[in-house]
Amino acid sequence: MNEATVSIKDQNKAASSSRLKKNIRKFANNRLAVLGLVIVVIMTVACVVAFIAGIDYRTPDLTATRTAPDSSHIFGTDTIGRDLLARVLVGGCYSIFIGLFSAVVSNGLGAILGAIAGYFGGWVDSVLVRISEIFQAFPQLVLVMMLIAIFNTRGLGNLLFIFVITGWMTTFRMVRNEYMTLKNETYVKVCEAFGMKSSNIMFKQILPNVMTPIIVSVTTNVAYFILQEASLSFIGLGVADSTPTWGNILNAAKSLTVVQNQWWIWVFPGAAISLFVLAINFLGDGLRDVLDAKQQ
Amino acid sequence: MSENKKEVIFKVEDLCTWFPITQGAFKKVVGYVKAVDGISLDVYKGETLGIVGESGCGKSTLGKTMMMLEKATGGQGRLNYDGEFKHITKFNSQAMFEFRKEVQMVFQDPYSALNPQKKIYTSFEEPLKVHGVKSEKEREDIMERVLKMVNIQPDYLMRFPHEFSGGQRQRLCIARALEVMPKVLICDEPVSALDVSIQAQVLNLMKDIQKEMDLTYLFIAHDLSVVQYMSDRIMVMYLGRVVEVADSRALYDEPLHPYTRALLSAIPVPDIHKTKKRQVLEGEVPSPIHKPSGCPFHTRCPNCMERCKTEVPTLHVQNPENGHMVSCHLYD
Amino acid sequence: MDNREIILDVKNLNTSFVSEKKKTRIVKNVSFQVKRGTTLAVVGESGCGKSVTMNSIMRFLGRNAIVEADSIQYNSLHDDQVKEYHLEKYEKPNCAEMRALRGPEMSMVFQDPMSSLNPVYKVGDQVAEGLLEHNKGMSKKEAREKVLEMFRKLGIPDPEERIDSYPHQFSGGMKQRVVIAIAMICNPELIICDEPTTALDVTIQAQIMELLKAMQVNEGKSIVLITHNMGLVAEMADEVCVMYMGRVVEFGSLEQIFDHTSHPYTQALLRSVPVLGLADGQKLETIPGSTPNPADLKGGCEFADRCPFCTDACREKDIPMFEITPGHRVRCLKFQDSPEVM
Repeated sequence: MNEATVSIKDQNKAASSSRLKKNIRKFANNRLAVLGLVIVVIMTVACVVAFIAGIDYRTPDLTATRTAPDSSHIFGTDTIGRDLLARVLVGGCYSIFIGLFSAVVSNGLGAILGAIAGYFGGWVDSVLVRISEIFQAFPQLVLVMMLIAIFNTRGLGNLLFIFVITGWMTTFRMVRNEYMTLKNETYVKVCEAFGMKSSNIMFKQILPNVMTPIIVSVTTNVAYFILQEASLSFIGLGVADSTPTWGNILNAAKSLTVVQNQWWIWVFPGAAISLFVLAINFLGDGLRDVLDAKQQ
Repeated sequence: MSENKKEVIFKVEDLCTWFPITQGAFKKVVGYVKAVDGISLDVYKGETLGIVGESGCGKSTLGKTMMMLEKATGGQGRLNYDGEFKHITKFNSQAMFEFRKEVQMVFQDPYSALNPQKKIYTSFEEPLKVHGVKSEKEREDIMERVLKMVNIQPDYLMRFPHEFSGGQRQRLCIARALEVMPKVLICDEPVSALDVSIQAQVLNLMKDIQKEMDLTYLFIAHDLSVVQYMSDRIMVMYLGRVVEVADSRALYDEPLHPYTRALLSAIPVPDIHKTKKRQVLEGEVPSPIHKPSGCPFHTRCPNCMERCKTEVPTLHVQNPENGHMVSCHLYD
Repeated sequence: MDNREIILDVKNLNTSFVSEKKKTRIVKNVSFQVKRGTTLAVVGESGCGKSVTMNSIMRFLGRNAIVEADSIQYNSLHDDQVKEYHLEKYEKPNCAEMRALRGPEMSMVFQDPMSSLNPVYKVGDQVAEGLLEHNKGMSKKEAREKVLEMFRKLGIPDPEERIDSYPHQFSGGMKQRVVIAIAMICNPELIICDEPTTALDVTIQAQIMELLKAMQVNEGKSIVLITHNMGLVAEMADEVCVMYMGRVVEFGSLEQIFDHTSHPYTQALLRSVPVLGLADGQKLETIPGSTPNPADLKGGCEFADRCPFCTDACREKDIPMFEITPGHRVRCLKFQDSPEVM
């Protein structure tokens, strides 16, 4: 009997690994998605390595302001002579962190609330939907300005908090709708008939079936929040100036003279943002194709 | 068959399941869908009670209410725990949990009854975990035993549901329901989603399992020929009410209620030499929201009398010898 | 038999579907005739290709379907004149010739009445649409009169009122009557009914079947009834075509199929379905195994793995049709002494 036990478990593992292999093969066939993954990985690794290595991004070199790209400053220097390559790398670290953190936390919040609203329905659902509508009706920009006024600082935490509380509604709605349909599936009724706890059914039974859209939503949201951060920082409402982010670096290129004469100051951070966002979107599309059971 | 000797295992009295219809932002209740409207029945130990009726007659809701998946809005159900009747409609969550070991359910659609994202192994393991089978070895022993009952090899456990055909899936669902060793199995249209050549496999298997485990079946289906094949007794439902209860044979040989007769004659028989006069019912099943007054069947009944339109008939024993019950003014 | 007697003659129809660069044959070498004024029942389980066969003839399939046939001949009979149409010659599924045929000559009733009607249009307009399409110059008023007449014929109560209702105001049985009205409005000779009552209750099924039968008896229509219910076949059909895994396995008249059931699959199908009034304790026969996946099929008889009479010869090559008595054709090696036919 013991042998049989082992064999069931082993075969179990074999089956799951073959499924994984199949998914990897499917992903590898999608060239754009692989390209996206490669770019995302390279950029993230480069940024993190530069950050850990403690590359110098803040010492201004007043003797060499606004120098065009050359061998000592590959990306050139900015208006007060700081090395742009170092700033783009370290800024990337912050930007990617902001995007990733906001996307994961806001999607997580949205998913949990959506699961509760969709599964229980009734007044719980009504209350949560009204709350999400209030948040959706409120312009994000106004909220940002209000919060900055209230806290009187322009910190990283501030920005993350705003992104999370203004970013969960789309996921919430999506997950809620999925739960409303999935809770009528027979396998959910079976679990109820076995007397399983609601939390078990909600998160262990239904959630795996909703994971695909959530994962895809997280990837696209990473791109979205990076762009949001960039635009908020560009108009001076983002993270404090002392912290470099891709948006903050761009902020330095606000003046017309810079745009016209020092192209490297805005092209490199701008290109970094575009490339990363594009790569993330490719990756998200590829993941959707691989994970979507309906297309299998 | 004398009924007195048989032990009642599940007793339902005047059970109602009404779904409120709400309107407007404040969810004002404007009416009720009376899906199950005052049903009383006794289920005897070891028998198969067939419940038959057209779509919308409340047969599935009755099954779900008896499984306590829908909340009963009136009446009571009592389950026999080794000679002692307990009110299932008044159970707290702990008692309900115990109840779920006694009564299990097989659902209509085998395609959505297994979680598509989980291996069969996980789907089978979870109910056992929930019901306190702690050791993995014990769990796998139980799984292997129930799989053997439905003729499925244990090494299929590591597969995903989409790798199985409809018949295999339904067998898996039956096996999973049997894991907790229930006494009563409520089967809600277990074969209607299956191909005709597979139905017989599942039906015969269910009969074998019943003998082996001394199970009591509540067999709900719309197809009277399937119900008749499976059941010892048959209950015919129309618009949330019982119209006739009889032994399977008696119902076929001498149907009493006009609705039962029409139902029997509407079923096409695959025999070209049995010419029968078909009695086609006029009209359609009325909506369960606006039920006709009096006898709910009077709008389509070929034998409708004046009193049928106002007076609700009661279910009474017509033939004391075999306990044939009917709810019709023709037999008062 | 001449073209007057036969309304539809299909020879060697093959339909394949292409997905992910793989070609799967769903309908294989199907040949049959429909006699004018009779009902042909096409019986089989889901996935046996019975719907695909009919959709191939009507050319309702998507771009990934490849339809090939030696001949799909439709013979119309108007004013004692026979006109032949060769459907296999039309290259595009939606060509003008094909569209001219659909409606006035042949039409189809689909399985699910709930989704065959467009929810945003009034049912009367949906029925009249075909009429206006095929009769240029007909006024809306005339069309409405025709629709009302059709509704009366199909027993839809209060037609004047119901003609302006929307589909959601109809019950399932009434919707199916509307769908039949759409199919019948241009007075076609051949009506293909694809499981017309599977989604309906038995008492409503009985109503719809009476309606179709009356239509045939009174107006001499030809009907192809696709179904899996042997009971309906016994009640409705004149000829029966049994299909399994994309092939016709047995073809014959009602008596030939029910009294001299020859193919093991047909035999099993008849014995494995519960019928009313079975004796107590009588057990149903089961067909072992399950329907194979069409993509995994090897050569030889498709039913071999589930057949009690299977021999090695059955798996060697495709089985031809044998005509065991005039008009009764069986695709089984048990009858290899009989003459081989298409």
